[in-house]
Amino acid sequence: MYPADLKYTKDHEWIRTSADTADVGITDYAQQQLGDVVFVELPQVGRVLAQGEVFGTIESVKAVSELFSPVAGEIVAVNDALTSAPEQVNSDPHAAWIIRVRPSNPADVDALLDSAAYDAHVG
Amino acid sequence: MSDTQTVLKQTPLHATHLGHKARMVPFGGWDMPVEYSGITDEHLAVRTRAGLFDVSHMGEIEIAGADALAAVQRISSNDAARLAVGQIHYSALTTPQGTFVDDLLVYRMAEDHFLLVVNASNIEKDFAWIRSQVQTFADAPAVNTSSRYALLALQGPVAKDVLQSLTAVPLDDMKYYWFAPGEIAGVRGTISRTGYTGEDGFEVFVPPAQAAHVWQAILRAGAADGVIPAGLGARDTLRLEASMRLFGNDMDETTTVLEAGLGWIVGWKKDDFNGADVLRAQKANGIERTLVGLEMVDRAIARHGYPVIVDGQAVGTVTSGTQTPFLKKAIGMAYVPTALAEPDRQIHVEVRGRLAAARIVPMPFYKRPRS
Repeated sequence: MYPADLKYTKDHEWIRTSADTADVGITDYAQQQLGDVVFVELPQVGRVLAQGEVFGTIESVKAVSELFSPVAGEIVAVNDALTSAPEQVNSDPHAAWIIRVRPSNPADVDALLDSAAYDAHVG
Repeated sequence: MSDTQTVLKQTPLHATHLGHKARMVPFGGWDMPVEYSGITDEHLAVRTRAGLFDVSHMGEIEIAGADALAAVQRISSNDAARLAVGQIHYSALTTPQGTFVDDLLVYRMAEDHFLLVVNASNIEKDFAWIRSQVQTFADAPAVNTSSRYALLALQGPVAKDVLQSLTAVPLDDMKYYWFAPGEIAGVRGTISRTGYTGEDGFEVFVPPAQAAHVWQAILRAGAADGVIPAGLGARDTLRLEASMRLFGNDMDETTTVLEAGLGWIVGWKKDDFNGADVLRAQKANGIERTLVGLEMVDRAIARHGYPVIVDGQAVGTVTSGTQTPFLKKAIGMAYVPTALAEPDRQIHVEVRGRLAAARIVPMPFYKRPRS
């Protein structure tokens, strides 16, 4: 059920690479655990993240959760649409990207979980 | 004994919730449904149609006997002498310091018989406290009858019509905060016009063995009107929109009834009761802090425990806060110094290390349209 073209972290983020950038979001499992998402706190474009660094928070009606970067890199864009429509994270979690980064070490991505390994992790 | 696991209690509807594929969470020692279709969906259903809640985890403690009224008057802040048989009021189970052991509903079942509905997480504490208090009366024994009742809450604008289709009790004649015995879907129980959502609605006490039958009957009767099961998540957002306090969040053993903004549940004219001297002194001299409503100005959500900042100083604490599904605002309640507690005053809430602007607003945040 988890798309094969994405890589995953044990913290329930996904990353989709294309050319020299990669989109980051949270998984279907994560959005189910959170419940109705009502707020996504987006970081500044241009910020440089270490792998595993907190880049924002996501809040549901009940809970607050931190977002961790799957890779090291610079933030080149944020998904402003989530400011007015955070519920996209619930309705289409693997399309609702939160940040777009330029990974400083593309090998970071290869070391992440593939869809089968992530499925086993949450299963 | 650190490896001892706490076994969560289950309501008589536990299997029913699993059948609905509810998301279950531990709450006050109980394994309870936090949501079924989603908090927002359930919240909006209650505001526009109706939702059905299992609140069987709530406790019931009964006091009966010739001295029952005197005993209730001693332990509870409100004036139970003003309750007619069949009537209910909201009250505080007070400490001698005028603070909350718990908040509760007091049902006058008969002249000398009262039923107290208390918070699930406080049942044992409340019962121990009440027993220690009533033993000074010759004839006012207290019994923990929590296991005798399942409690279902049907809340929302269509609640009356849906429930009426299952009972001969004339619900149109039942006033807010009154109750009556009667059959619901063929099951003997008690119906009260009460709730914790800010909507019109009813709570139904039935024997645990028949709870699932009554639950299914209500959902079937309400299906055409869009009645759905609703969990503790929506219960919390609904009560907050309606500015109803939650024990453990908005008040506890350290906050007095007046500080919690609940002077209306104090029977000022009745004789002595636990904490009366403290509350009377606070009424005469004023209180140093008070519970206020707040609305976020900046894009941020205030949560329980976040500091309230004025002029760079931490002056209070947020007690409840969320982004509300119906009003679509980030609202909350907080204790602030009384001198600062004026509508429209700008304050800040410290949200994970950052200051977010908010303003003090009157409560309730939501008041249902009167039909």
